Amino acid sequence: MFELAVLDSALRMATPLILTALGGLFSERSGVVNIALEGILLTGAFASIVATYYTGDPWAGAAAGVFAGMLVSLLHAVVSIVFRADQIVSGVAINLLAMGATQFLTWIIWGSSANSPPVAGMAHWALPESWGVLARVVNPVIGHYPPLVYVALGSVALAHVVLFRTPFGLRLRATGEHPEAVDTLGVSVHLMRFSGVLISGALAGLGGAFLALNTHQFVKNMSAGRGFIALAAMIFGKWNPVGALGACLLFGYAEAVQMSLQGRDVPTQFVQMIPYLLTMVALVGVIGRARPPASLGKPY
Amino acid sequence: MDRWTRYAGVLSPIVAVAAAFLVGGLVVTAIGESPFRVYAILFRGAFGSVDGFGLVLFNACPLIFTGLAVAFAFRAGLFNIGGEGQLYIGSFLCAWAGLGLAGVPWWIAVPVLIAVSAVGGALWASVPGMLKARFGVHEVINTIMMNFIAIGLTSYLVINIFKEPAQMTPQTAEIASGHLPRLAGALQAVGIPMPSANPLNASILIALAAVWVAWFILYRTTFGYEVRAVGLNQDAAESAGINVRRTIVLAMITSGAFAGLVATNEVMGFRHRFLDNFSSGIGFMGIAVALLGKNTPLGVLFAALLFGVLNAGALEVDVFTDVPRELILVLQAVTIILVVVGNEIFVRRIAAREARAALADTQAEEAA
Repeated sequence: MFELAVLDSALRMATPLILTALGGLFSERSGVVNIALEGILLTGAFASIVATYYTGDPWAGAAAGVFAGMLVSLLHAVVSIVFRADQIVSGVAINLLAMGATQFLTWIIWGSSANSPPVAGMAHWALPESWGVLARVVNPVIGHYPPLVYVALGSVALAHVVLFRTPFGLRLRATGEHPEAVDTLGVSVHLMRFSGVLISGALAGLGGAFLALNTHQFVKNMSAGRGFIALAAMIFGKWNPVGALGACLLFGYAEAVQMSLQGRDVPTQFVQMIPYLLTMVALVGVIGRARPPASLGKPY
Repeated sequence: MDRWTRYAGVLSPIVAVAAAFLVGGLVVTAIGESPFRVYAILFRGAFGSVDGFGLVLFNACPLIFTGLAVAFAFRAGLFNIGGEGQLYIGSFLCAWAGLGLAGVPWWIAVPVLIAVSAVGGALWASVPGMLKARFGVHEVINTIMMNFIAIGLTSYLVINIFKEPAQMTPQTAEIASGHLPRLAGALQAVGIPMPSANPLNASILIALAAVWVAWFILYRTTFGYEVRAVGLNQDAAESAGINVRRTIVLAMITSGAFAGLVATNEVMGFRHRFLDNFSSGIGFMGIAVALLGKNTPLGVLFAALLFGVLNAGALEVDVFTDVPRELILVLQAVTIILVVVGNEIFVRRIAAREARAALADTQAEEAA
């Protein structure tokens, strides 16, 4: 269970969760529930493969994933912030739209509604051979993962700094707790919430791009509930970037263990359930109550 | 509620559906097909034959149950996203109980299995209900989590413990008693040429009864009054002496029971067994159905029928045009988004009208 291969795959499994959970964090900290993460992840995955397919460059794919994620989250923002519609309803509708639209377009582009043809993945970062000993020592460690793994880990630190060490982060969090106060101080609540939701789209879209580029193709419904697991991780991590990272690593590990056990005579379904059970337990408060932002879900 | 408001309530979903078809038509045109041809084929598939219309009703049936589940909870101010999990638990328990009913006459087995289905869904829904009432935990996250737990749990049970021997498919053996008959025979007897292969079964009658039951509970019982009061304003309901916590738990239980009844179609009427992972989102589509039906029982019925039409027609569209059947997923999603946005616009219009009317009244008083 603690073999290197499992830990290795755990980090890969955790990466899309980390990016998506951070995305959820920005949205929810600004006061907007983002059930649409699942659909954003899926759209990001799809867009990244389309872009990689046509350009041959997986980095263009990652950029497309970010862009598509932001586009979908813009829809969520307009429906739930401008039109003040129920945020959960909007999220549910967007998930449905993402599922339908990606399958529809997969069929239009590749003539199959099941999956895309394989595309190139990202080359791993490594020091040039000419660096000698240094390259030989460092490369087996860092040259082992797709670059987006490091981007995800870096994003955790960045998210922490932005949320807790910048005026923007303070305003964003205040908007989620007490929008009236923010408004009184002359800061636009809508602007803060739009920022939160768009950042969440960018991050979840990038998460989707990693998911698809890591498997080198788009498969229909490949998000397979990961958006919801990321949401769970964000809650289990108590709406904190570092907490979310821990939860994602744990959930990624559970997924990796479950995969390594497949084919053996072990009921993997129970391993799969761990994230969901832990989240429910965390919400009830058995291991320290997880408390959502005070104005979460309330239109302003 | 004045007349204008009431018309708006009925009109906005219709406008949204029409607009969604327009958007769908643009998409179809963009990929070089004629939208008129595609929609003609869609509706021909649904209404062009008795068989097609049977499929419409068969597809609508589970959506009526999950739609009622979402709508009922919504009336209590609760968002039950857990229909998917509740219908899995209801269906599994139904199949499990059905396996043990060998030799039991149908007139005992059928009501027993209907009850088991409802109780299964109700049990699963009671957990988020109690967590909400007792700890104040929002039901949305818990119902989502419990969907995944239910899918995993039933998957484990059917693969590891209850799998039909000597079969590759992860499904239970056929239930021993409690089958609901297909309607083809009865319809043929009265001269309607329903092909015997059509899967429409007596569960649709249970679904129609459920619509009536939901209406009766909501509008003709004290409990229904309490549910609506809690949904409109919890604090006001509390001060009026309504036990809000109890109402929340009971509303979730009732909601889950409706979702569990999907088993009457899936297990008792159609497959006669529990198949791993059979649902593919019936619970989630229930949310869409409830929204489109404005969370009223009759609205749910019409919305489910519309989705039934789309699902049944999609098969023909897939076969006879270059448009993939996923078009209907796009249509359904666009419809919901438009219903949601349209709703808000209508509500705001009405609020603005009322504000203007109130202002005019005050001005008139001042003038006098």
